[in-house]
Formats: sequence, C-alpha cells, structure tokens
Amino acid sequence: MSMIAYYFRLALRSLRRNPVLSALMMVAIGVGIGASITTLTVLKLLSADPLPQKSAVLYYPQLDPRGSASTKSGAANAEPPDQLSYIDAMYLLNAHRADRQAVMAAGNFALRPDPVNGRAVKGFFADARETSADFFAMFDVPFLYGSAWTAADDDARARVAVISKALNDKLFGGGNSIGRTLPAGRGQLRIVGVLRDWRPTPRFYDIESRSSFGDAEQVFVPFLTARELKLGLDGSINCWSNSADIDHLETADCGWLQFWVELDTPAKAHEYLDFIGAYSAEQHAKGRFERAPNVRLRSVMEWLDYKRVVPGDVRLQAWLALGFLAVCLVNTVGLLLAKFLRRAPEIGVRRALGASRRAVFLQFLTEAGLIGLAGGALGLLLALAGLWVVRQQPADYAELAHLDLAMFAATFAAAVVAALIAGALPAWRACQIPPALQLKAN
Amino acid sequence: MPVRPILSAMRRNKVGAILIALQMALTLAILCNALFIIHQRLHNSERPTGVDEDNVFVMLNEWIGDTQDIKSLQQADLAALRQLPGVVDAYPTNSYPLSGGGWSTGADLALGQKHATAHTTDYFADDHAQDALGLRLSAGRWFNASEVVDRGENDEKPPSNALIVTRALADKLFPDGTALGKTIYVDDTAQTIVGIVEHLQTPWVSSSWAEGFIENALLQPNRIIAQRYYYIVRTRPGQIGTVPAAAQKALLALDKERVIRNVRTFAEVRAKAYRDDRGFAIILATVCAILIAVTAFGIVGLTSFWVTQRRRQIGIRRALGATRRAIVHHFQTENLIIAVAAAAVGAGLAIGLNIWMVSKFEMLRMPVAVVIGGAAAVLGLGQIAVLWPALRASSIPPALATRAA
Repeated sequence: MSMIAYYFRLALRSLRRNPVLSALMMVAIGVGIGASITTLTVLKLLSADPLPQKSAVLYYPQLDPRGSASTKSGAANAEPPDQLSYIDAMYLLNAHRADRQAVMAAGNFALRPDPVNGRAVKGFFADARETSADFFAMFDVPFLYGSAWTAADDDARARVAVISKALNDKLFGGGNSIGRTLPAGRGQLRIVGVLRDWRPTPRFYDIESRSSFGDAEQVFVPFLTARELKLGLDGSINCWSNSADIDHLETADCGWLQFWVELDTPAKAHEYLDFIGAYSAEQHAKGRFERAPNVRLRSVMEWLDYKRVVPGDVRLQAWLALGFLAVCLVNTVGLLLAKFLRRAPEIGVRRALGASRRAVFLQFLTEAGLIGLAGGALGLLLALAGLWVVRQQPADYAELAHLDLAMFAATFAAAVVAALIAGALPAWRACQIPPALQLKAN
Repeated sequence: MPVRPILSAMRRNKVGAILIALQMALTLAILCNALFIIHQRLHNSERPTGVDEDNVFVMLNEWIGDTQDIKSLQQADLAALRQLPGVVDAYPTNSYPLSGGGWSTGADLALGQKHATAHTTDYFADDHAQDALGLRLSAGRWFNASEVVDRGENDEKPPSNALIVTRALADKLFPDGTALGKTIYVDDTAQTIVGIVEHLQTPWVSSSWAEGFIENALLQPNRIIAQRYYYIVRTRPGQIGTVPAAAQKALLALDKERVIRNVRTFAEVRAKAYRDDRGFAIILATVCAILIAVTAFGIVGLTSFWVTQRRRQIGIRRALGATRRAIVHHFQTENLIIAVAAAAVGAGLAIGLNIWMVSKFEMLRMPVAVVIGGAAAVLGLGQIAVLWPALRASSIPPALATRAA
C-alpha cells in the first residue's frame, strides 16, 4: 500500500515537471471521453426499452394481405406491411386469442373546451390515440384520477375519453375532472380517466405516425367511438390496391391500424403465431389474400430494431466519437512514450538502486492512471456540456438527454482504463531500460 | 536532402514514428468521411426548390367548427388575402416543397402498369398557383380558372384531366423531350400534360426514400376542400415584412372558427427542413477541428521529444557544417516521410470506412478527390506542426558538440 502512495507522489511530481505535456494528455483523453460519453448517452437513451417490465410479453402481429408479388404494390418486398387493415384488425380484436389485445390509430382533432374560470379557451388541435380498452392495462398506463373505459364501452361506442395530465392541467387546472365533458370534433366526450405523466420512450406502439420520441398523446378515445364521430386520423395510410377507397377505410385494402397483443408465455406466443398463420391461410384459400401466409409476430424490442427507430445520424455520431477517442488514445500513447523515455536516466538510477522492473512498470502505470483520472474529470465536464448542447437541439428527444449514474461511473472507468491501455506500452518500454547502461552514460 | 540518415534515425525510433503515422492515418480516415458528410449535407440544404423563396410565406389553416361549406369560406379567404397590400397572389394547397408531409404517387405511361414509371409528389394547384409560388413555366401553359375542380383530401383519384409536371418528371417519363401534350396515368386516371415547370421540389428532404425523386412533382388543377390545408402567399419583392401578421388578422376577422398555425416565411421553412442536417454538419465540423488540434499537438509533442533526445547529434551536425536550414529540413523531411506512409494507410482506411458507412448508413460513395484532398491536408498539417520543434532544433548551438552530455 505504501508503495502505491509512493508511486502516487512520484507521478504527481512528474506531472508537475512537464505541465504543458501533462495538460495536453489530460485534454486529449478528456475530449475523447467527453465526446464518447455524450454520444453514447444519447444512443442509450434512444435504444432504451420503453417498457422494461412488460416489453418481453408484448407482440406486434403483421399479416400480408397484399396482391401477389408480381403486382405493383407487391414490388418484391418480402416483409408484410407495417399496419393492418380494418377487416384484419377487427377480426384479431374480436377473436380474443391473446391475454390482452388492442387496436389503435393516431388521431388529431379539434377540441373546443368550455370556458375555464369564466375565461374562454381558444379551440386547438390535440394529438389523440383512438384505441380499445385493453390499451391501458396492457401498457401499464398509470392513472391519476378515474380509470380506463371498459370493453363494453368499446362495443357501445360510448362517448368517453381518457386525457393526459398535461391536458388536464391545461383545461381543468389539474383538478379531478372525471365526469366533465370535452367537446371534441362534432361530439361531446365524458372524461373517465386522467393519466399520470406517461411517456414511453421511444413511443413504441406507433412509430409510423409523428415522431418516435415525442410526447404521448393528449386524448385517448375508444376506437369505434372515434370512427362514429368521424374524429380526424393522423397516421399514414398505405393502400395495396389501386381501387382502394380511403373514404371508406372500414372496407378499403389499406393498412392504417396498429395492433398489439399481450402473450404472457412463449408457448402462447407460439400459439398466436400459428393462429395468425392459420387465419392467413384461410383468407388465402378464400382468395382475399393473394399471397401464401406471410406473417410476423415481433416483440417490442424486435419491432423497434426492425423499424430502425434509432436515427442513423445518432449511430454515426457514436461511431465517430469512438474513432475520435481512438485517435486521442494513440496520441496519448505517443506523448507518454516520449515523456517516460525522456526520464531514462532517472529510471536507470532507480533500477541500479534495486527497483525491480515490476516496480518501474507500476510506477509509470500509476502516472498513466492519474492522467486518466484527471482526463475523466475533464471528460465528465465536457460530457455535461455536450449533453447541455444536445438539450438545446430541436430534436424531440433532446430534453431527455441527461447523464445517469451508470454513465457517470462509466466515464471515470473508461478514462482510467483508456489511460492505462495508453500507458501500458510506454511503461513496458520504460521498465526495459537496463540499469548499467544508464549509469555509464551519466 | 539525403534521405538515408533520416531513415536510419527513424529506425532508432520506430515506435514513435509508427504512433505518429497511425494517428495521422486515423485522423485522415475520419477527416475525409466527416468532411464528405458535411459537404453533402450543406450542399443538399442549398438546393433551390423552384419557389420564389424570398417573397413567399405559408400558413396552415384548420377549420375547427362544424364547417359545412368550406369552399365559400376558402373563397372569401383568398379574396381577402389577394387584396392585402403588398400581396402578389395566394392559393390553397395540400402541401408545398420542404414541408415534410405530402402526397406521393406513381406516374404511369399505360393503364394498370405493374411498376410505376416514375415516383412523384402530387400538389394541388389552381389558376393563381403559378404567381403565388413564383414558378417558372418552361413549356406549355398554366391552368385556367375553368379547369380547377374541387377535391376532398380523401379522393384518391384526381377529378381533373390536365396536369403540369416538372422538367425532371417530364424527362423521366419521356426521355426524348416530347412530354408536352402527352397523356399519362396517375392513380389509373388519364391526364394530359399541358405545361412543364423548370423546378419544383417534393415536400420531403433528408430521407433516403425521397431523395431518388426529389425533383419529380406534378400539379393538378384541384381545389382542396378539407378541414386542414395550407395557404401559400407571395408578396412583392422586399415587402414580406408585416404581411404574414396582417394576413392572419384578416383571416381571423373573416371567421374565428379556425386555427391558423405554422405561419412561416420560406426562409423559415427551409431552415426547419434542414435543421437536423445543419446541426449534424456543425457537430462534425467541431469534431474535425478538435481532431486536427489533437493530432497537431501530438506531432509537436513527439517531435519535441526527438529534438531533446538528439540534442547532441544535432550539435555535432551543426559543428560539422550543417546549416540551420539543413536541420529544419531534416525534421521536415522526416515528418514528410511519416506523413506519406500515413496518408497511404489513411487513404485505404478512409475508403474502407466509407464503404462500411455506405452499407450501414445509406451514405453515398466518396469521390477519390476527397481522399486526395484530405491526404494533402494531413501532409500540410504535419508540416505546420513540425515547424516549431524543427526551428527549436535548428537553434541548438554547434558548441553543444564540444560539451559533455
């Protein structure tokens, strides 16, 4: 232990002797680590599991009702469409073959709220989710007041809504608004639930519409109610037949609905895959599906991976930062080598006085580690600055970019490990210096 | 400059030379690719849309009431907008260039084609659209008022039969240049090309999907009848100033049951469309600058060390008659040899990195000129960085040779 303390003192003394060179190495490591941690934090944020406690049991079924592969829409694409048609989604919903299931579409429609405290509130457009009752239980959506609507409400096309905390704050000053009405489009909705803050990141359940990392919706309405009230849709609609009539989406050959199922065991997932395969085969036999069964059942993380939700630029930045760190490390190796070998006479004397090669090696490695610690501290400051810059960016995930504890620790560990790797070669070269030769030369 | 003594000196310092070369090679590989990406992004963000961008602004109009007769409301709006002082013209549309959202469809030469001849975007236009966008017609004519028909946002098939296409789309459909007057099929509906505009971009940029047909646009004489659509307004040169605010006020005075948002001049539209690209270019440029600094300081540091190590030899060479210039040249040549080796390795790395990125990140192939330019830059960087330690070496007095170490 006392030897370590001794190496520590030697290292400090050595660093002070060449302040410019020492600072240069610390800055190189600090900048490399800072850039890497900043980009990796963003990458980690964007590739995170949005629902860690449940994502493994949630699946996204896909069917392939398109024309045969030789037709225009089929254009040699082996993957089934990303969204389901109304006919298929309603069939899967009513089949109740999963533990839970929900159909959904992105909506956007005008809210014309009643005056708040006698003050008129201007009408505005709100992002909405038009879905079915299981949505809330399936995705563990937390409620502040009230609760989800029921499957009976779905069937009855009940005029009900669940609203976000943000909308509740805006319209009702954060109070318990259960039972209040919300004039939406051409109808009146009765509020049955208010959510707590809820923002799955990325918003895995619908990455087709809007952005994958934005806020969750403000209003949730039963899907059939929204259809009956003709509340506006806001998602993409992809049709695979030229005669598709998107004024009548209930019958059109268009994919526009997302559909999620909860399957609590792998065996159930297997069964469900068989079930949608059998449904496809039956539709194929009837002539409605022109292709042989072509189905997928991806879990949340598989789906996010397949849809490449992490922007290419973010992955590219992370690679770039790691390349940059590599240059900084090579740079530090060179500078440490120069620094250590310049002290050849001193090493010769220490070796002649009985220091073992191991002792010399450890002494220089300690110095490298110390540079790493200082570089890590600098890297941490730079990462904090870098993340601050990221938060000023207009990207919709920007506000979420913060250094967490794991990354904080990783910064230091990475800096010290990087410096030790950079120091190993120079320290090894230094400990090879023979004692006698150096004494003679002096 | 004799190279042999330099080489034999380097042989005694292999590790140092290899480290400098490795660092320069990595720097070159990253620098080339980063500069290429920066160039790509900035170049893309400056492509013209075909719109008279200095004098055009857009606004999104959404009817929130139980609106039955959108057409007459819209006509009142347009009359008011066109009367505003400073306004040249105005028209309603489903989308506009760089907006980020719009319609895409296929243009075919025959009915029921299996593969579309060309991908294109589909814009609504009326008899005022040319003046409102400031488009340049290069052949044929614009739509007349009598051709313009109503179309809901969910009407898949165009209700009209006249069509104006961009030059790029015309050339794609009819490479022999005979597009004008021809019949094509859009959504399986026959359409006659009555005019060709010079330039008009699609609503989508920075998406690999749309880059392939960014200049392909067609305009149909359709009046958009929907809850939500855009007004495009063009002002007289230099008079845009307060017109957007006045326009909003005028529309709200006509009817309050609406939301007007995303009021943007075209300069703002462009800035928003290329925001991410520009941001990424700035990040890359910053990284490049720091990278260059780190590498330069690394070279300064290592060369300084060599100078210190060889003080006696340098003194002896000076005493034997070498000029200061010869000493400076020694270190410059040494650095040049290392840099040339580094440039060769780095060029290979740069091209390899680019090929990897092409496969992973939908990037374009980098022209060899970029690598050559990058290599020249790295050689120059080495020469600049080595200058200070070389000058220090040249100031070592010849008398040093006579002293004991």
